[in-house]
Amino acid sequence: MSEKTKMVKVYIMGEAFMVPAASTIIMAIEYAGFQLKRGIGCREGFCGACATVYREKGDYKLKGGLGCQTVVSDEMYIAQIPFVPAEKPLYDLNELTPDPSTFMKLFPSIYRCVACNTCTKSCPQDIQVMDYIQALIRGDIKQAAELSFDCIRCGLCALRCPAEIVQYNAGTLARRLYGKYLSPKSPELEDRLQEVNDGIYDQEIDEMMTMDIKDLTKKYFAREIKIT
Amino acid sequence: MYPEYMMESINKVERTRPQRLELARKHGKMIYPRMSEEERETVLNNYHPDYKKESRREVRVGPNKGEILTTEVADIFESYGRVNKEMFNFDKVDYETDVLIIGAGSAGMAAALIASEKGSDVLIATKLRLGDANSMMAQGGIQAATQKDDSPATHYLDVIGGGHFDNKPELAKALVNDAPESIKWLEELGVMFDKDEDGSMTVKSGGGTSRNRMHSTRDYTGAGICRVLRDEVFNRPEKIKYLEYSPVVELLLNEKQEVSGAIIYHLDNKQYSIIKAKSVIMATGGFGRLHIRGFETTNHYGATADGLVLTYRVGAKMMFMDSVQYHPTGAVFPEQIVGFLCTEKIRALGAQPVNCDGELFVYPLEPRDVEASAFIRESQGRDLGVKTPAGLVGIWLDTPLIEDILGEGTIEKMLPAMLRQYERFGIDVRKYPMLVYPTLHYQNGGIEINDKCETNVPGLFVAGEASGGIHGRNRLMGNSQLDIIVFGKRAGLQASNRSNDIQKVGKVHMDHIEKYNAEVAKLHLPKSKIAPMILPDYIPDHVKAKQLVSEYSGTLI
Ligand SMILES: Cc1cc2nc3c(=O)[nH]c(=O)nc-3n(C[C@H](O)[C@H](O)[C@H](O)COP(=O)(O)OP(=O)(O)OC[C@H]3O[C@@H](n4cnc5c(N)ncnc54)[C@H](O)[C@@H]3O)c2cc1C
Ligand code: SF4
Ligand code: SF4
Repeated sequence: MSEKTKMVKVYIMGEAFMVPAASTIIMAIEYAGFQLKRGIGCREGFCGACATVYREKGDYKLKGGLGCQTVVSDEMYIAQIPFVPAEKPLYDLNELTPDPSTFMKLFPSIYRCVACNTCTKSCPQDIQVMDYIQALIRGDIKQAAELSFDCIRCGLCALRCPAEIVQYNAGTLARRLYGKYLSPKSPELEDRLQEVNDGIYDQEIDEMMTMDIKDLTKKYFAREIKIT
Repeated sequence: MYPEYMMESINKVERTRPQRLELARKHGKMIYPRMSEEERETVLNNYHPDYKKESRREVRVGPNKGEILTTEVADIFESYGRVNKEMFNFDKVDYETDVLIIGAGSAGMAAALIASEKGSDVLIATKLRLGDANSMMAQGGIQAATQKDDSPATHYLDVIGGGHFDNKPELAKALVNDAPESIKWLEELGVMFDKDEDGSMTVKSGGGTSRNRMHSTRDYTGAGICRVLRDEVFNRPEKIKYLEYSPVVELLLNEKQEVSGAIIYHLDNKQYSIIKAKSVIMATGGFGRLHIRGFETTNHYGATADGLVLTYRVGAKMMFMDSVQYHPTGAVFPEQIVGFLCTEKIRALGAQPVNCDGELFVYPLEPRDVEASAFIRESQGRDLGVKTPAGLVGIWLDTPLIEDILGEGTIEKMLPAMLRQYERFGIDVRKYPMLVYPTLHYQNGGIEINDKCETNVPGLFVAGEASGGIHGRNRLMGNSQLDIIVFGKRAGLQASNRSNDIQKVGKVHMDHIEKYNAEVAKLHLPKSKIAPMILPDYIPDHVKAKQLVSEYSGTLI
C-alpha cells in the first residue's frame, strides 16, 4: 500500500542500480531503464528466453535461473545469457529409427557424460537432466522423453556441462521419436479420419450452417452433454 | 509468503472451508446456484469491462471506418506509420521469397512446414525468437472430436453455441472437420499426446464442451506442440529461412495493389530491410500487451497487435474487433507473477472462489465472461475482495480444497506447472489459497478470413489469433490451439499455391501508407503517435522522463 517501497542495490552487468526489492530480475532491468529486446520472451516461465546467471551476496556459487522467475536480492550480480551457442544436428524424422544407433550418429557427445550432475543442479525446471542423458546412453528413449518433458530449452545445462553435451537438443529428439514411433497408437483416430474423408458428417454440419438461428439455438441448448 | 493482514483473511477462508467441503461432497460442482439468463445479463452489463462505455469507440480511419471497436484497437489504427517511402529504394530488394510468413508461433510455423512441402521457398520474419509466442504458453489443451461418442458435427455445435452463433459458418466447419487430421499430423511430427494404456487419447472436458474432447501434453500443451514445429523448421534450412529479432513494420503492395512484401526492422542493429514475396501470411498473434482497460495480461511480451495495424493499412477488414476475452483467474499476488494465468483446470478440480470473508459468491464454472464479471463485482462493487500490498485487489481461489476432495498428491500430479510457479515465490498452494483477478487473455476477433485464409486484399493470408471469424465473439478453451494448426496449415497450402501461379511480382511500393497517414493527419493527432508498437514499455516514469524518446509509447529505437 502506501508504505515506502523497499529498495535494493543490484549490479546489472556490473553496474549498480537501485530497484524495488520485490522485483524479478527482468523487472529490475526494466526498472533501471533498459528496454529488453533479447533475453526476454513470454515473461511467465514457458519459453526459456531469459536464462540468467547471478551471484548473491556472501555466496561463492554462480547460480543460474530464469530472469522472469527469480527475485533479486541486495548486492546481487546479474548477467543475462540471451543465447547459448550450441550445435543442433539436422535430421529427417521419417528416416530415423527409434533406437540407440540414432543417438550414436546424431549425438555422439552424450556418451562422454561423466555423471557429474552439474546439469541437473543448474536446471531451473528441476528436471533430472543427468538422468535423461543417462537414459539415452542406456537406449531408453521412453524414459528420456518423459524425464525431459518439462524442458523449456533455456540452455543453462549445456552452458555448464564439462563434457560439452547439448542436453536439450537430445531431449527434443527423444520426445519426437517417442511421440512418433514408440507411443501406442490411438485406435479410434484412424477410424475418425476415414469417416471425415468419406464426408459422413458433412450433411449434418451443412444443415446447421444454413439453419435458422432460432432453431439452431434450440438445438444447441437441447444438446446432450456427456462429460466426465 | 502472505503478509500478516492477508493471513487474517486466509484464517476466515480456513474457518468456512469445512462447510464448503461438506457442500462439495454433497453437491459436487453445484455449490452455488448458477445464474439465470437475467442475472448473467445484469452482471455483464454492470461489470464486464467490454460493456463499459469507454471500452469501445468509433474508429475514424481505414476499412472499418465508422464502426465501433475496442478503444485501444481504434487508438492504434489511428496512428502514423514509423517509416516513409523516402527512406527506401524499392529497386534494391534485400530478400526475395515465394512465401513470406510474419510471426513464428505455431500458426506461422505450421504454415511454413506445409508451404515448404508444397515446393515453395519460405521466409519467416519474427519479432523475437522462433516460438517466443502465445503458442508456447498454453497449458490446458487442444480440442478435436477424435472419440467414438463425439463427432465433428457435435464439435461444430459446441463451437458456434460458445460463439453465440456469430461465428462464420465456413470457418467453424473447417475447424472441426480438419481437427482429427491435425492431431494425427502433430503426432506424426512427434508431439507426445497424453494417452491411456491402450493408446487412446486421454481427453477431458472444458468450458462449453459437450464431450470430453480436450487433448493435452501434460500442462505444457502449447509447448508440447510449438517446440516440435520449431525443431522441424530448424531441420529444413534449405527450404525455410528465418529472420529473428526482425519485426515487420509495414506491408508492401505491387502495382496491381497485391500484398507483395514487407519492411522489417532489426531490433539490434536498427537496420530496415525490404522483403519481396509472392504471397504473405500474417501470423502475428494477439494483443494482450496493449493492456486494454489497464488490465494485466497472460500474453507474451510481443503480443502487441502489430498484424492488425499492418493489414488494416493495406485495406484488410476486421471482424469482431469489439470484444476481448478476460480470463477470470489471473494471479494478483505475489507481485512478480501478476497477470499470469491460473488455468481453468484449477476450478474444474474443485477449487472454490471465495471473498475476503471466506464466503462463496458465484458458481465456480460460469462462462468466462460471466465468471470474470462476478469477480469484479465482488471486489469492486461490493468491496469484498482482498487488497495486495501493491494496491491490487483479488478474490481467493481456495486450492487446498482440491486435496481435501480428491486426496493428497492431486495438485502435484495434475497441476505441476502451477505448483512450481507458486513455490518459486514461497507459496504452497496445497496449504494456502491463491489470490486471483480477471486478466486480459485472448483477442476474440481479428482480420476477416475465408476458409482458405484469404482476406479481402489479394496476396494476403492470415492464420491464428490474428484472424477473426472462427470463434465469433467468444472462443472456447482448446479451440485456439486447434485453430492455429488447422488454419496455419491451410494458409501454408493456399499461399504456396498462389505463389506457384505467379511469375513476377513486379515493383513494390508503399504509397498506401502515404494515403493512410494523410487520413490520420486529418484527425490532428501528434506526430509521435506511431504504430505498430512492436514491444511494450515497462520503464518507470522517472527514468522515461529523462530519455530522448520520452514522448513515444512502445519501441522507437
Ligand atoms: C498463457 C496462455 C494460455 C493459453 N492456453 C490455451 C489453451 O489451453 N488452449 C487453447 O486452445 N488456447 C490457449 N491459449 C491461446 C493460444 O495459445 C493462442 O491463441 C495461440 O497460440 C496463438 O497462436 P498464433 O500462432 O496465432 O500466435 P502466437 O503464438 O502469439 O505467435 C505470434 C508470433 O508473431 C510474432 N509477431 C508479432 N508481431 C510481429 C511483427 N510485427 N513482425 C514479426 N513477427 C511478429 C510474435 O512475436 C510471435 O512469435 C493460451 C494463451 C495464453 C497466452
Ligand atoms: S533441461 Fe536444460 S535447457 Fe531444459 S530447462 Fe533444464 S536447464 Fe534448461
Ligand atoms: S553436466 Fe554433462 S557430464 Fe555432467 S552429468 Fe550433465 S550431461 Fe553428464
